[in-house]
Amino acid sequence: MSAETAIPARRWQRFSLTERIFRACFYVFALIAIVWAFQSVAVIPEFLYDAPAQTVDLFARMWPIDWSWYPKVVHAALLETLHIATLGTILAVLLASLVALITARNVTHSAALNLLGRFILVSTRSVHAMVWALFFVAVFGPGALAGTMAIAIHSIGFTGKFLSEAIEEAKAGPIEALAAAGATKAQILLKGFWPQVKPAFLSVAMFRWDINIRESAVLGLVGGGGLGMALESALDNLYWDRAGLVLIVIFGIVIVTEILTTYLRRRII
Amino acid sequence: MTDIPTPTRRDAFPPNWPVRIGLALLAIYVAYASQIIDITWERFSQGFGHAGHFLSRMFPPNFAPDKMQLLYSGMLESLQIAILATAFGITLSLPLGFAAARNISPAPLAWFTRGVIALLRSFHPVIVAILFVKAVGFGALAGILALIVASMGFISKLIAEAIEDMSMKPVEAVRATGASFFSVMIMAVLPQIMPRFIGFSSYQLDSNLRNSALVGLVGGGGIGATLFTAFQRFDYDFVLTIVLAVVAVVMVGEILSGRVRRLFQ
Repeated sequence: MSAETAIPARRWQRFSLTERIFRACFYVFALIAIVWAFQSVAVIPEFLYDAPAQTVDLFARMWPIDWSWYPKVVHAALLETLHIATLGTILAVLLASLVALITARNVTHSAALNLLGRFILVSTRSVHAMVWALFFVAVFGPGALAGTMAIAIHSIGFTGKFLSEAIEEAKAGPIEALAAAGATKAQILLKGFWPQVKPAFLSVAMFRWDINIRESAVLGLVGGGGLGMALESALDNLYWDRAGLVLIVIFGIVIVTEILTTYLRRRII
Repeated sequence: MTDIPTPTRRDAFPPNWPVRIGLALLAIYVAYASQIIDITWERFSQGFGHAGHFLSRMFPPNFAPDKMQLLYSGMLESLQIAILATAFGITLSLPLGFAAARNISPAPLAWFTRGVIALLRSFHPVIVAILFVKAVGFGALAGILALIVASMGFISKLIAEAIEDMSMKPVEAVRATGASFFSVMIMAVLPQIMPRFIGFSSYQLDSNLRNSALVGLVGGGGIGATLFTAFQRFDYDFVLTIVLAVVAVVMVGEILSGRVRRLFQ
C-alpha cells in the first residue's frame, strides 16, 4: 500500500461552515425581502400607461428654455444658494469643532460629556437637511435663515464625526510636551492639537461645503430659500421652461464646485 | 571664564499674519453675506420665541393608535422603496461599473460611461424625484425610480474604482485558458470585487432608507409623504414621532448592515 491512499482526500474550502451557513441565510433573506417588497409595493399600473407620453411632454414643455428668467429671478436665487451653503458650512464647522472637542476622549476626560457629544453627532446627522429645513421654516419663517440653519445643524454630525476622529488620532507626544512645559489648556489645543488636525479639518470643511451646495439647492422646495424656491415657484405655476432653466443652473453650479474642490484639495492637502 | 554669547531667543510662536488676514476676510464675508440674505439678530431672537412654542407643541410625541397605523404603513412603504431601489440600483450598476473601469473596458466606452455616471450623480435625489413624479405620477414608484438613479450614480462609480484597484493576474490567467469575456468577468473579476460590492450595497441600503424619507416630501411616497402631511396639518407631536421612528429605523439598519459587511469581509 502506498502512503497516498492511506491519507483520505482532503477537501479544501475557502470559508468555514458557519461562514457559509450565515452567508446562505443572508442570500435567502435578501431574496425574500426583495420578493416581498416587489409583491406588496403600491404601484398604480394605470399611471404607467401614459408614462412615456408624460416624459416626452415633460421635456417638450421644458424646451425652449426660458433664459430671460435668469437675470430676473434665478441669478439672485443662485447667489442666495451659494451664501446659504457657505454660511451654513462656516457655522457648522464652528459648532462641530466644539462638539468634536467634547466628544474626543483625549481632550475631554469625562465619559458623560463624550457620550453627550456622540449623541449630538448621531442625532443631527440622522435627520435629513430637508427635514431640518421644515423645522426651521416653522421656527424662523420661510427664507434663507431657515435654510442656513438647516444646513448648519445637519452638517454638525458629519463634520464633527470626522473632526473628533482626527483629534483622537493626534499623537500624544507634542501634547504631553506642552503640558509638561506648563502650557494652559487653550495653548495645548492651539499649539498641540491644531497643527495635527489642520489637514483633516480643512479637507472635511471643503468636502462638506461641496455637499452643502447640492443640498442648499433643493432646500427651497420646503421654504429654505435659494434656487429651490425658484424651482418651486416655476413648478407650482407649471412653467416647465423656467424649471428647466433652474435645473440647468443647478447642474452647472454642482459641476463648477466639484471641479473647484478637486483643484483646491490637490493644492492644499 | 569666557563669556558665552547668549543666543538671541526666537519667539516660539510668531504671529501668523496671512492666517489672521484670512480670518478677518472670512469675518467680513460672514457679515456681508448675512446682510445680503437678510439674516438679522432680530429675526433670530424672534425665532427662538417661536421655537419654544413649537417645541412645547411637539412634546409629548403622539402615540395614538390611528397615528401609529399611519406611521406603520408609511414606514413599510419606505422599507419597500429602499429595498427595491437598492436591488435594482445595484443590479444596474454592475454593467455600468464594468463599462466605466478603464482596465477592462475600451477607453472611449469607459469615458462615455464615466460621463453618464457623473450626470446621474449630479442631481439631488429630490430633483430626480420631482421629474419622476411628473413622469409616473405620485406614489412609491416615483420614489423607487429616483432612488434607483441615485444608487446607480453612487454604486457604479465605486464598482469602477474597485475594479481598477484589483489585481490583473487572475484576469490574465483566466484569459490564458481561452475563456470567453463573460467567463473572465465571472471567474476573475467578480470574486475580487465581491466583498467590497456587498459593502457598498449594504451602505446604499442605509442611504436609500434615509433618502426614502426625503423623496416622499415631493410626492415620492413612503414615510416622507406621511411626514409632509403631518407638517402641513400642524400635527407637530406626530411629526416628532415620525422623526424619532425614522432615526430609530436608520440606526437599526446601520447596525444590521455593519453585521452583514463583517460577514463578507
